[in-house]
Amino acid sequence: MFKSAPLTAERSTEFQIKGINDGLLVTLGEGEWSVLREYLLHNIEERSAFFQGARLALDVGDHVLKAAELGALRDKLGDFGISLTAVISSSVVTEKTALMLGIATQIQPVKRLASAPKPVEEPVHVNGETAVFLQKTMRSGTRIQNSGTVVVLGDVNPGAEIIAGGNVIIWGRLKGTVVAGCDGDEHAQVCALEMTPMSLRIANISLDEKPRKSKPGPEFASIESGTVIIQPWKHPTY
Amino acid sequence: MAAKVITVTSGKGGVGKTTTTANIAVALSMDGAKVVCLDGDIGLRNLDVVMGLENRIVYDLVDVVEGRCRLRQAMIRDKQNSELYLIPAAQTRDKNAISPSDMVRLCDELRPDFDWILIDSPAGIERGFRNVIAPADIVLVVTNPEVSAVRDADRIIGLVESEEKGPARLVINRLNSSMVKRGDMLSVDDVTELLAISLIGIVPEDESVISSANRGQPVVNDTKSRAGMAFRDIARRLRGEDVPFPPMEVKDDFFKKLFRVN
Repeated sequence: MFKSAPLTAERSTEFQIKGINDGLLVTLGEGEWSVLREYLLHNIEERSAFFQGARLALDVGDHVLKAAELGALRDKLGDFGISLTAVISSSVVTEKTALMLGIATQIQPVKRLASAPKPVEEPVHVNGETAVFLQKTMRSGTRIQNSGTVVVLGDVNPGAEIIAGGNVIIWGRLKGTVVAGCDGDEHAQVCALEMTPMSLRIANISLDEKPRKSKPGPEFASIESGTVIIQPWKHPTY
Repeated sequence: MAAKVITVTSGKGGVGKTTTTANIAVALSMDGAKVVCLDGDIGLRNLDVVMGLENRIVYDLVDVVEGRCRLRQAMIRDKQNSELYLIPAAQTRDKNAISPSDMVRLCDELRPDFDWILIDSPAGIERGFRNVIAPADIVLVVTNPEVSAVRDADRIIGLVESEEKGPARLVINRLNSSMVKRGDMLSVDDVTELLAISLIGIVPEDESVISSANRGQPVVNDTKSRAGMAFRDIARRLRGEDVPFPPMEVKDDFFKKLFRVN
């Protein structure tokens, strides 16, 4: 790990480059986004041989980045032969932008999914659990991952993925892939206005039916006596 | 004049991007508009073949970007329409030979002299896609009424939205109305229900598309072809006209019956 001297006097925290498992992690620190961006590119230009071919994770702090901005930066980095693999941010907007552009928002993807289930002593229901609310249709290739609840106002198309630690609520048609209670919470539920998932899993139990003929009306999926069942969503019980 | 840039893309290969690009370009130029086509499929060019201009290529897109020739030198005039030009792709290079910003610069240079700039895309979602999407004002997504093509179109529509170039408009190509009728093909409603973007054209399956592409004569020149008619309608919708979609299925059945009787 090495640090470089700040470019301008008003920069309060320092720009850092760190080696991680999967490439390089650059922390931009605080300051104006345009200044930080300039500084990053300046640094890369100076050490182009070092950065050539690198897989870069970028910690942008709390900066709110829109798709055009982040996309342009990714292309600019691409011109230097750098692939932007992850964007770490405390801003939800920036995280969503990154996800939409197919850029990860964590350095190490959660590998727990594939591995053995965590023993469920008691499902943890934290009161202040964070929920993600997405107001758009999720198209093929998009993915939302959250440790709490995921709420989508729109359709979830085939090829889209939702992975939630808690419940998944879809005000629209569910045709894609959903995992609820991915950390082993068997009380998690999935509901949608039209339930025809490509695949659906709660905790470690999958819906074993093949893609179903769409039934009119909202339905919800939950675990009952060890299997995932789908039933009409008549009386919201939660 | 300030040209509008139309990028024709699909995600999946082989759904008819190049055919669509060539035919819309010819249809737009038939009414006197100045049109230039750019082949963005560097390394696998074929817009020149479909337009029947392959033996006139001297310089290509990469030559322009790398400064080996002026823009005018790479522009090939169409055989029939004097206001239609093609800038071909390089065949011996790959997608990394140009960058999205190169494409934006190129289009900005062309804009003052034309009414429409059409860009044909490579298949896929990588660098080549980003190159052609960067300068776009309007994005047309071409799909076939097949599950795999629609799935890829959905992905591309999402990417177009995330590049803030949306909403894309949809062209359904190679619709076979008798197969739809039998329930063996997705219908227009099935496709638009999933993709949820506005439709700009429905092109029926038509053998003359292939035969005319082989001759280097876009089918839109054929006044009798139903596919040609569909492409002319797309051009009119792009110009802002309100053109109703012909009631294809009904018409088809009527002719079928007629032929069976004879």
